Amino acid sequence: MNLTAVWAIYHREMSRFFRTFMQSFLSPVISTSLYFVVFGAAIGSRIDEVEGVSYGAFIVPGLVMLSVMSQAISNASFGIYFPKFIGTIYEPLSAPMNFLEIVLGFVGAAATKALFIGVVIIVTASFFVELQIAHPLPMVAFLLLTCLSFSLLGFILGIWAKNFEQLQIVPLMVITPLVFLGGAFYSTSMLPPVWQTVSLFNPVVYLISGFRWSFYAVADVPVGVSLLAIAGFTALCLGLIWWIFRTGWRIRS
Amino acid sequence: MADIVTIRDLKKVYAEGFEALKGVSLTIREGEILALLGPNGAGKTTLISTVCGITMPTSGSVIVSGHDIETDYRAARSLIGLVPQEIALEPFETVIRTVRFSRGLFGRTRDDALVEKILTRLSLWDKRDSELKQLSGGMRRRVLIAKALVHEPRVLFLDEPTAGVDVELRRDMWRIVEDMKAEGVTIILTTHYIEEAEAIADRVAVINDGQILLVEDKADLMRQMGRKEIIVHLKDPVTAIPDSLSGYDLDLGEGGDRLIYGYDTRSGDRTGITALLNDVAAAGLVLRDVETRQSSLEDIFVDLVAAEEHKKEGAA
Repeated sequence: MNLTAVWAIYHREMSRFFRTFMQSFLSPVISTSLYFVVFGAAIGSRIDEVEGVSYGAFIVPGLVMLSVMSQAISNASFGIYFPKFIGTIYEPLSAPMNFLEIVLGFVGAAATKALFIGVVIIVTASFFVELQIAHPLPMVAFLLLTCLSFSLLGFILGIWAKNFEQLQIVPLMVITPLVFLGGAFYSTSMLPPVWQTVSLFNPVVYLISGFRWSFYAVADVPVGVSLLAIAGFTALCLGLIWWIFRTGWRIRS
Repeated sequence: MADIVTIRDLKKVYAEGFEALKGVSLTIREGEILALLGPNGAGKTTLISTVCGITMPTSGSVIVSGHDIETDYRAARSLIGLVPQEIALEPFETVIRTVRFSRGLFGRTRDDALVEKILTRLSLWDKRDSELKQLSGGMRRRVLIAKALVHEPRVLFLDEPTAGVDVELRRDMWRIVEDMKAEGVTIILTTHYIEEAEAIADRVAVINDGQILLVEDKADLMRQMGRKEIIVHLKDPVTAIPDSLSGYDLDLGEGGDRLIYGYDTRSGDRTGITALLNDVAAAGLVLRDVETRQSSLEDIFVDLVAAEEHKKEGAA
């Protein structure tokens, strides 16, 4: 294992993040605060409690997931797409490192950034609502697995994308709707029965439900199913990346 | 000299069916400068990309100092440095950071003294903290060379290193290449500029249409294939070549004041020059000057590629 090379990529990606640290830090703080103003104070004041949790506190896990997923995808996809776009991808490809090491460097950095944002949001939220974390270890596991799996997905998108439009279109047209419809701001039990069934086909429902369970011990779907879903999704992404590695698809001609 | 890179029957067919390499075999000797000449689309970049691991070969093998580029890619790639044709650099990185990054990618631990030495030699040390987007085209190309050298490769591939750079910078680049050779680095450079191969290469390989047409010592090549011309400048122009000189296959220059006689250096001592000059004098022509001209590598290259095209047309 060429760990020095993995570190070189990881360090380079992280230093890019820290070069715009204030932007990276302030952006989630401001957007989270705005969500609390809009959903927590304005709308939340008309909703008493959801499954025994105040509405402001109820939306925190969903908010964290929303940001973590989108940050992981955008960081990882941009991280690998940009070298492809400007041509510097020749360097890792001609270096004595395998594809797994390249993935570790890029995905590791994207997952770290997403984790940082997730933690910043949780800390920011604690200033607005009273947070409780019922199951800390599963909470950390859900957070880490989401950072990792969505960074893997972002990496695949970055490999797949042939232009900036394609790079944007999947997060915009697929991920964001799935997250918004995945129970980030409501419990699926609040939906009519038909839509409850439909939402079970949305994989994000399982992630948000499991993550929320680790905070408040309330869930839309059994937590075991949530864990299986996130583990399965991670395995799927890893499988796809293994295939890309084998075939050199869109990266090594 | 021992062989350091051995390419055997290397083929590359792209997904869309284009056959870029049609069974290339080539041996590169340790410590030499090999110029890979070929027209656009000949397969030069594909060949380099395949050896360096950027492109996957369809069949064939490449061995770098005993290491197969596929089964033993870590050892093989550690020995290779690549300067790509396009200037591909991260615009917001600084010179020193990007050079250190390249060393890390090759699994080498940080070595500030070496980085300083390389950057100084490439006249980049003063610019080490500059962002790459602030540098001129020539400097960026030097940065690419620094990045390729910083893991101390034994074989360096330069893909058209002087494409689009001015004459002064080109000569500067040649000096850098010769310095690297002096340090024992084997250099393979692709180029459009025949002048470049003529100036710095030890051997020349000509590639066209995915096939190596020849690999030859540059001096031998020019000696074997080079044609010379002797140009006899006449004091008084003539309208036709005198009958007494008809046995020499002469051309009359424009204006009738030059007789051009082509001969092959392969004919050794019997070039016919002495007899020609005697017969020119006997024909009553007065000489104003005599000059000789040797065909350049460019002429040889153009002739070779044209002969190959002709052969293919004939076969079709």
